[in-house]
Amino acid sequence: MKKVTIDPISRLEGHGKIEIFLDDDGNVENAYLQIPELRGFEQFVVGRPAEDMPVITNRICGVCPEAHHMAATKALDDLFQVVPNSAAKKLRELFYSSFFVTDHTTHFYALGGPDFIVGPDAPAGERNILGVIRKVGVDIGKQVIACRQRNHEVIKLLGGRGIHPAAGLPGGWSKAINEEERQGIEKTARANIEFALFTLKAFDEIVLKNSVYLDLITSDTYRHETYYMGLVDNSNRVNFYDGMLRIVAPNGQEYVKYHPCDYRQHIAEIVMTWTYLKFPYLKNIGWKGFVDGASSGVYCATPLSRLNVADSMATPLAQEHFEKMYETLGSKKVNGRYLPIHFRLATHWARLIELLYAAERMLELATDEEITCPDVRVIPSGVKGEGIGCVEAPRGTLTHHYLTDERGIVAKANLIVGTTNNYAPIAMSIKKAAQKFIHNGIVDEGLLNKVEMAFRLYDPCFSCATHNLPGKMPLHIALKNNSGQLLQEIRRD
Amino acid sequence: MGIKPKIAMYWASSCGGCEISLANIHDKLLDVEANFNLIFCPCLVDTKLHDIEQMSDKDIFITFFNGAIRNSDNEEMAQLLRKKSRILIAYGACSKDGGIPSLSNLYSTEEHFKNIYMDNLTVDNPFRVTPKIYTNVEEGQLTLPALYETVRSLDQVVDVDYYMPGCPPEPEQLINVLDFILSGGALPPKGSRIGVGKTTVCEECKRIKHDKKIKKFCRTWEIIPDKKTCLLEQGLICMGIATSGGCGGLCPEVNMPCIGCYGAAEGVEDQGAKMISALGSIIDIEPLKGMSEDKITEYIRNILKDIPDCAGTFYKFGMAKAMVNRRVK
Repeated sequence: MKKVTIDPISRLEGHGKIEIFLDDDGNVENAYLQIPELRGFEQFVVGRPAEDMPVITNRICGVCPEAHHMAATKALDDLFQVVPNSAAKKLRELFYSSFFVTDHTTHFYALGGPDFIVGPDAPAGERNILGVIRKVGVDIGKQVIACRQRNHEVIKLLGGRGIHPAAGLPGGWSKAINEEERQGIEKTARANIEFALFTLKAFDEIVLKNSVYLDLITSDTYRHETYYMGLVDNSNRVNFYDGMLRIVAPNGQEYVKYHPCDYRQHIAEIVMTWTYLKFPYLKNIGWKGFVDGASSGVYCATPLSRLNVADSMATPLAQEHFEKMYETLGSKKVNGRYLPIHFRLATHWARLIELLYAAERMLELATDEEITCPDVRVIPSGVKGEGIGCVEAPRGTLTHHYLTDERGIVAKANLIVGTTNNYAPIAMSIKKAAQKFIHNGIVDEGLLNKVEMAFRLYDPCFSCATHNLPGKMPLHIALKNNSGQLLQEIRRD
Repeated sequence: MGIKPKIAMYWASSCGGCEISLANIHDKLLDVEANFNLIFCPCLVDTKLHDIEQMSDKDIFITFFNGAIRNSDNEEMAQLLRKKSRILIAYGACSKDGGIPSLSNLYSTEEHFKNIYMDNLTVDNPFRVTPKIYTNVEEGQLTLPALYETVRSLDQVVDVDYYMPGCPPEPEQLINVLDFILSGGALPPKGSRIGVGKTTVCEECKRIKHDKKIKKFCRTWEIIPDKKTCLLEQGLICMGIATSGGCGGLCPEVNMPCIGCYGAAEGVEDQGAKMISALGSIIDIEPLKGMSEDKITEYIRNILKDIPDCAGTFYKFGMAKAMVNRRVK
């Protein structure tokens, strides 16, 4: 057993580390977000049969395994040159919609939402799901649990397992549903719509009616002008399961629209020696560093990004709320579509609009006459040697790309994961918050909260570092002067 | 009412699925909250490390440790939590047997770096740089933990009391364990698998099983299997025979073969070896009668060609614990 031994280095806790450097005057010179972990999926899937990708790559993330499972399954459709029938596609999307409901619910109530519901200045110990329950009442807490539970049951019924599903195959889905199962799913979908509307109402009462929160949302600290990316359907409406990738510029104009299979013409990733995670950027604009603006290749792929690239929502209630958000935050319509919102904290609102859309879409599919079709598989006839699959994961566009030999054994894999798209924007948001709250070597006590909010609105999923029940994020901030001396260390307790 | 026992859950190199399995005990969480002092992972790591170091030894009643040991960080935390916990449980496939991340052991760190950071399909890296333990940036120095060359299971690093298999364990298993602890029953012998019985997935699977005589193995995309018959009989490599039960046969329930995530069944030394020997006994040898030596080899080869990846098929979740846990060059 060979062991790499290194001198003890400053300890990294959790799975993310922020280093902030100050200049001679004690102001922020730079801030770095480091990801200290590599699990190496792109390498160790090599040599595995491609059909195992849906059940290997879902282990990238236990919070969004359904997203990896689906991207992998769609990559297999492409690789094996097989088109699933429409019943199978609908079944996949039904499963996927239910997943979106549970994922967005978890984020709002347990992870990101507490910042608002309990309050950004509340003690950290309060800003978690339990604090939320204390604030909004135990009945609501039970509703949140019930929502997660009923959707996990759907996920398990359709996908085989509650976490790390198993049903994806090239050309379809391994399990069909009967009428009785369909009725149960329909009931869940209806309950989800109610729950989403209720959540939006709570957001309206707690956040939007509070001028302090509204000011926070629209403050410059949390504002970035970047490109936005998201999947859209034929009418340029948000779709999580399939479509074309649309990228809009900071001024709201469509920069490019392309088929996910052409992603390499548009996306490249840069490597930095100080982190294990790569930074994707828009290849044809170029990497200009961690900067905003139309001349910088930094783009963002989040719930807010998806709404920013779309002309509208595909379901009626979600559309109402979509319009309300853009109007409330002062966006104008130009050429029939709203200008993008650059206030990053509005991502929380966008996420709830997506929650409602996912619930409505789930009902549409659960009541579709094809959904109980027993025939949900097409047997592939051959292997093409290359397959690309793309879906919207809750945290952003997710792309899986496999190259295989003639037997379908993986020779090369490329995975561009939801959060990875946002690595540069997250780093920029952290730097901006640090610059705002650190002056002359003095750290505002609110720094941690504010940095954490900058970080958390993206719902980052660096090996799920931020996903945990109390909704606290391990955060370790080191302040150093330019000779490398450690001035102060702050940890979230 | 005494002081509530502290329980902790920590992740090493993991995906977060084990934490979600805890979240998925749903309303049981409120009971847990009432009976235990939950120190979840982030609290634990956010507590300044010396705070944990200053805890008296065995202060934490139980630590559910998930994730594999992939770097120096993971190893240090495993050692610290071992010291501070009365009971240390390897929770989930990664900490129990290395899990999916231990497939990494089939490649060197150098190969990982080359393919992920240099020869990857979208990477823009003209100077072919890779992450480094120390990087001097304009403002100072940044450090990263080193990756180990080998992914290990928790018990290859520290002493483990119990194991909870699964990727991730089904929430019911966690409920079983928590209920058992609350009942104050005598603890099982050290080294036991807890929260699951002694069955195999095969025994839990509802499919009808007959005598097996396999003429051809199939890959999952090649056939639409019959919904009632054993999948292995239909030629799909289903790991149920060699795999510990506890899930109730979830994957076969949706017409997909077991992929072995619960690890070796009770009393089985090596999951892959068990599976291979099981396959050896079910291949149809009827046609071999009177065949020449060459023909026999060809016949067997032909049957086995549809298992193109033995390592990834038989040790998908347990490369760290496999008897042969490296590629032999």
